[in-house]
Amino acid sequence: MIELFRNPNYDFIGKRKWAYIISIAFTLISLGTLAVRGGLRYDLDFTGGTLIQVRFEQVPTVAKIRASLATIQLGESIIQEFGDNREYIIRLPLVEAVGSEEISRRVQGALGAGPSLGKFEIRRVEFVGPQVGRELQLQAVYLVLAGLVWIAIYLAFRFDLRGGVAAVVAVCHDVIVCLGALCLTNREFSLPVLAALLTIIGYSVNDTIVAYDRLRENRGRSAPKGRTFAQQMNDAVNQTLSRTILTSLTTFFSAAVLLFFGGKTLEDFAFVLFVGVITGTYSTTYVAAALVVDWTNHVEGRLRRGKKAVAKA
Amino acid sequence: MPRNLRVRIALVLVIVAASVWYLYPPKKTINLGLDLQGGIHLMLGVEADKHVASQTDRAAEDLKSALERKGIAVKRIARDGNTAIQVELASPQSWNDARTVVAEFATFERRDDDQAAGRFRLVMTDRYVRQLRDEAVRQGLETIRNRIDQFGVSEPTITRQGADQILIQLPGVQDPARAKALIGKTALLEFKLLDERTSPDQALAGQLPEGSEILYERQCGRDKKDGKAEVKKPVVVQKRTLLTGSELTDARVAADPNSMGNWQVSITFTATGGRIFGEVTEQNVGRRLAIVLDSTVCSSPRINERIPGGHAVITGQFTAEDAQDLAIVLRAGALPAPVVILEERTVGPSLGADSIRQGLIAISGSALVVFVFMLFYYRLSGLVADVALGLNLLILFACMAAINATLTLPGLAGIALTIGMAVDTNILIFERIREEMRVGKTPRAAIEAGFRRALRTIVDTHLTVMGTAVILLSFGTSSVKGFGVSLFIGLGASLFTAYFFTRLLFDLLYMGRRKVETISI
Repeated sequence: MIELFRNPNYDFIGKRKWAYIISIAFTLISLGTLAVRGGLRYDLDFTGGTLIQVRFEQVPTVAKIRASLATIQLGESIIQEFGDNREYIIRLPLVEAVGSEEISRRVQGALGAGPSLGKFEIRRVEFVGPQVGRELQLQAVYLVLAGLVWIAIYLAFRFDLRGGVAAVVAVCHDVIVCLGALCLTNREFSLPVLAALLTIIGYSVNDTIVAYDRLRENRGRSAPKGRTFAQQMNDAVNQTLSRTILTSLTTFFSAAVLLFFGGKTLEDFAFVLFVGVITGTYSTTYVAAALVVDWTNHVEGRLRRGKKAVAKA
Repeated sequence: MPRNLRVRIALVLVIVAASVWYLYPPKKTINLGLDLQGGIHLMLGVEADKHVASQTDRAAEDLKSALERKGIAVKRIARDGNTAIQVELASPQSWNDARTVVAEFATFERRDDDQAAGRFRLVMTDRYVRQLRDEAVRQGLETIRNRIDQFGVSEPTITRQGADQILIQLPGVQDPARAKALIGKTALLEFKLLDERTSPDQALAGQLPEGSEILYERQCGRDKKDGKAEVKKPVVVQKRTLLTGSELTDARVAADPNSMGNWQVSITFTATGGRIFGEVTEQNVGRRLAIVLDSTVCSSPRINERIPGGHAVITGQFTAEDAQDLAIVLRAGALPAPVVILEERTVGPSLGADSIRQGLIAISGSALVVFVFMLFYYRLSGLVADVALGLNLLILFACMAAINATLTLPGLAGIALTIGMAVDTNILIFERIREEMRVGKTPRAAIEAGFRRALRTIVDTHLTVMGTAVILLSFGTSSVKGFGVSLFIGLGASLFTAYFFTRLLFDLLYMGRRKVETISI
């Protein structure tokens, strides 16, 4: 039998003060990055505009592509290599009163007329009008909120309000850190990234549930005498530790395979999963569990003080 | 022998059989999304208000002639906004006569009467506006469906979205630009007389006679592919439309006898259309008739003689392809209101093939990592989990085939993720069994306790993630939806395979009569 941990008994919860500092630091770094960079860079899905993916037969240069596109006056275009050196993505902003047909026709014409670009194939055209972009932006916010609300309700119903709130705080922490990492690595917020974020919301709360479930089971079976709530929580985290690590590892490997072999289209999606799995595992213990412990201590402390006051009087 | 073993085996066999049944043959049963097989995804917005406005225009025309037939002189009739007509009678004395005429226009309500001045407004009823808007979208959808059918696309999806949007998905289209032009064209064909009292230059300088307008003549239907600005020639035409494409019964492509390599479209009018066309040409011999398609003049030939028989020819230096597409849109009819492309996603077939390859590599890669890991770490129990995982994938694909779900690239990513998370269930159970054995339980008791104790956690974790999957599912955009679908089905299947099916295998392995000393876990 291969075992990662044999009867682990690490003091996770006892070190939570340090963890709070780390969590807050990471949250602040993420928020700071977002603030400095002026928010997330939104993908075409949200801003509207046109994306054209072209595959050239000969290796072109950005300068040549830019030169041939200069004639068509469709605003400032962004030209990026995509995947390999013969494949390029051209992004064009929304232009008032120029429809998508017109844009792709003009680009095709310009690339064909351009000097020495050779043969090319237009492999993908995406056009998102201003209306759709705005709708998607709104919907994205609703989606993330709906995900958080769903989890808060489910956990408050299955456990208690404290557990629900703490889990949601942990999930918010994960989302913020993921967004910060996205911004720091200069990636764009796109629809697949949104899907990944929602997955991370589900994933992160999964871990938390496992720990909570264990805590409740332990408390229900035989009320452990002489162990504080913090110690009980620490026991629950330790008892589920090997499962947590194993699951995180397999999910982490899945995400890693997607990140390195999934191709350019899935890269950002996989990146968010990659980061999210790490922070999700961390936040279960050090945000959700830690918060429940401190909250419970706070409430119980107040109750005790209240009782003492009553006894004195 | 544990209870219900036969029933449980039977249930698993039935599900496996059903899955195989739905999946056979695989090429035909799984729908690939446009991102995987290539094709066009278009979201069109119908400008339904323009249909309402044109119906108001038509009502204003009808009202004018109805009043004139009764001998009521009118000073001014004009459309006001999209839904109202402003009417001013020449003399207030005819007020009562006018009222009886107006009463026949049941879809309008009279408002803002000013009897002394002989002025009133007609406003379209809200119910009729709604009806017209709905009609614009419905007829537009039908027309587009007609055009696509004639263009020949296998398995197109054309559905209405919300109040005034149409979603079109055309898998495997080789020439996206052509398909888009075909779908998006309003294709309103109109015959109008040229106004030759002024030259186009004078008209452009501001001397435009009342009742005339400036349109531009250029090559209709032909898409300029060189990206250069087109040369447009102004033409002054009368605003009044003599005949429209709605009076067509057929449109065919024919070679242009006067110029080699060019094509033309010959059209056949309905009986009424033919009669009107005959009359128009008879009364206007010597004048020029503009053939206008979507406010662009295709050609403006001079009428040499009366044209009987209800046939006409549209020339305009078309290529064979242009002429064919024009014939299609004319046969299918005009859209009641123009459409705009709100969203477009076109994926070429070669890119789609690349995406499939990459997606499959990614899935197989992540599956392989998980399979090997489980086998290495849990030995025989790991093999059990791997078999369960295989069954999970089988059920997942079968369910997608059964409900006709579409497999997209994000959907493939969802499957990769499902693999990672389905195995979590088995890890939970196995770790629990190990724990129970550590506290000294017999193998059988440990299995029993491990499965029982892990159940609640498993249900909780599945429900939360499936909840987020439902949220993704309800999202309108197909890429995110595809991810939600495969995640939802995958996790649902995992409840069955990773718990129920794994338990069954454990029971078969360890719950027999012989004594069990150890578990390979």
